[in-house]
Amino acid sequence: MSVLVGKDTRLLVQGMGKHGTFHALGCRDYGTKVVGGVTPGKGGTKVEGFPLFDSVSEAVLKTGANVSVVFVPPAGAADAIMEAADAGIALVVCITEGIPTLDMVKVAAYLKGRPTRLIGPNCPGIISPGEKCKVGIMPGHIHKGGSVGVVSRSGTLTYEAVAQLTALGIGQSTCIGIGGDPITGTSHTDAIDLLGKDRATKAIVMIGEIGGSAEEEAAVYVKKHVKKPVIGFIAGQTAPPGRRMGHAGAIIAGGKGTAEEKMKAMKAAGIHVVKSPADLGAAVAKALGKK
Amino acid sequence: MKIHEYQGKVILAAHGVPVPKGRAAYNPAEAVEIGKELGFPVVVKAQIHAGGRGKGGGVKLARTAEECEALAKAMLGMTLKTHQTGPEGRVVRRLLIEQGMDLAGAKEMYLAIVIDRASGKPVVMASAQGGMDIEEVAAKDPKAILKETVEPAVGFQAFQARKLAFGLGLPAASVGAAVTFMQALYRAFESADASLLEINPFLMTKAGALLALDAKINFDDNALYRHPEFKELRDLDEEDALEVEASKYNLNYIKLEGGNVGCMVNGAGLAMATMDIIKLAGGSPANFLDVGGGATAEQIRNAFRILMTDVDVKAVLINIFGGILRCDVLAEGVIAAVRDLNVKVPVVIRMKGNNEERGKQMLRDSGLNFATADDMKEAAKRVVQVAGGAA
Repeated sequence: MSVLVGKDTRLLVQGMGKHGTFHALGCRDYGTKVVGGVTPGKGGTKVEGFPLFDSVSEAVLKTGANVSVVFVPPAGAADAIMEAADAGIALVVCITEGIPTLDMVKVAAYLKGRPTRLIGPNCPGIISPGEKCKVGIMPGHIHKGGSVGVVSRSGTLTYEAVAQLTALGIGQSTCIGIGGDPITGTSHTDAIDLLGKDRATKAIVMIGEIGGSAEEEAAVYVKKHVKKPVIGFIAGQTAPPGRRMGHAGAIIAGGKGTAEEKMKAMKAAGIHVVKSPADLGAAVAKALGKK
Repeated sequence: MKIHEYQGKVILAAHGVPVPKGRAAYNPAEAVEIGKELGFPVVVKAQIHAGGRGKGGGVKLARTAEECEALAKAMLGMTLKTHQTGPEGRVVRRLLIEQGMDLAGAKEMYLAIVIDRASGKPVVMASAQGGMDIEEVAAKDPKAILKETVEPAVGFQAFQARKLAFGLGLPAASVGAAVTFMQALYRAFESADASLLEINPFLMTKAGALLALDAKINFDDNALYRHPEFKELRDLDEEDALEVEASKYNLNYIKLEGGNVGCMVNGAGLAMATMDIIKLAGGSPANFLDVGGGATAEQIRNAFRILMTDVDVKAVLINIFGGILRCDVLAEGVIAAVRDLNVKVPVVIRMKGNNEERGKQMLRDSGLNFATADDMKEAAKRVVQVAGGAA
């Protein structure tokens, strides 16, 4: 069992350039049903066996695609997300990094009231290892099917956590990279809500970072609604205020968004907070009563 | 990207936001010349990328040309310390010479536009308590800050501006002008792709005229590609030289004061987590450095070049979670970089990816000062040890 992506996923790749094609192959090799790609102007041709289309709506009509992954460069990425939503795609996963914030403001407004869910932008994607479905750029082989849900704002740090779990023999239901930008389609709270309601998910790992208040909001939600064990880590405990740490969203501003505040809020909600990123796997094992 | 007050005011004026007359001066003679043009008194304002300049002695009134010259001489080259600069302060290299406003009977208020992350929409904020540190106001009396959320499809509406204007207690006669002012401000925010626009103080003179007495604009770095005109507004003197150098190689580098363990990591989240675990191991990270998800040999070489210019770095920790990356290729890149750049400090490497064992063997066989570790905890412990404990 899994959330959002699984054996019923029919994936469309938006932006079949070099990068997009490389990862389309990666997804197909992992086991995902990749039904085609969209590159305006290349409709009717094929790349690596994938049929290409000029528009998302045409691709949906001809392939029955229900999930799309966006590799379109920043200047066109917001447009690509909205096109997918207009075509009725249920889940859009945007990998693109560097989309202007005001473009995302428009996207967020456009998606309101539409049934499409956005994950990202600036994220590694989403994977359900038990159902051999990967939608994104993460290394599939470090994952293992199982019952732990993972939600995270960062890419490689998520891989780190997943690798620790897999090394301990603990598999994952679905791992969701929600992205490091100030405005994202799916928040920690949204992802935890989905994983909380998923019967196959027995525990949730939540990896946050400095900046904003999404982790605090998620903590409030966990306290009220989640009965499963939640294990958390916040990156940036040593980050100085006022400096953007790589991710556009990772900045301590006006004394807000510090790791300390977030960890405090999470602990108060009953979340098992680890101070060291190296302890995530062990903390999950303990919460599941494995050791 | 941050810009100076005088540059921000040029942008505001272009969108119809009233600002005091003034211009930038780089030396005392220019300052006097601008002062004479404007007519005395003038205000001499130090231009650095940090707030709190008034309290730090960076904003002064000059009643005569002589006073203006003396103030310009004193301010240019001085190190200005404010609550935003940190204890090291910033050297003043530019001044804004501006017409003096009569503050007697004037009302000092606050206006700002930011992106609210929770709603994903811009928010226009106003407070009657201007001229003060707004974070203090927010902490003491959150209700003193009025907020209007903007619907992106229609923009900032007049009724919202009226709500803020009446909320600020402006007299009815000034409300029309305030609406025009705030809507112009919103247009400036939107068309500049700003991430923050702050007017503090937002002034109403005794006669009822409205003015942006100060201006702070931060641009969204992701949107700079569509504003080539902003490139020349960048002031490299306000930025850390190493960080500027790193950005040329697409490296995300931030120097941390007092650390001695250089870090080289792929991915921002893992880079922050690596800093954290160094601290937990009793050490102190010298920097944040994200080489990007891919971590190519070229990037590793550039990263070493940046790290080795920091004399505080006593040891380097490389933490690369490659996934699909080949560790033997990475090891080759690291060995070549360390040889070519003559890196003397010990290097601890933790890498994950394909051909991990072969990569480690190559590092061990290189005869260079490498140590490898299998996980983050071990890597942090080792690097802190070889760096000689805490800084």
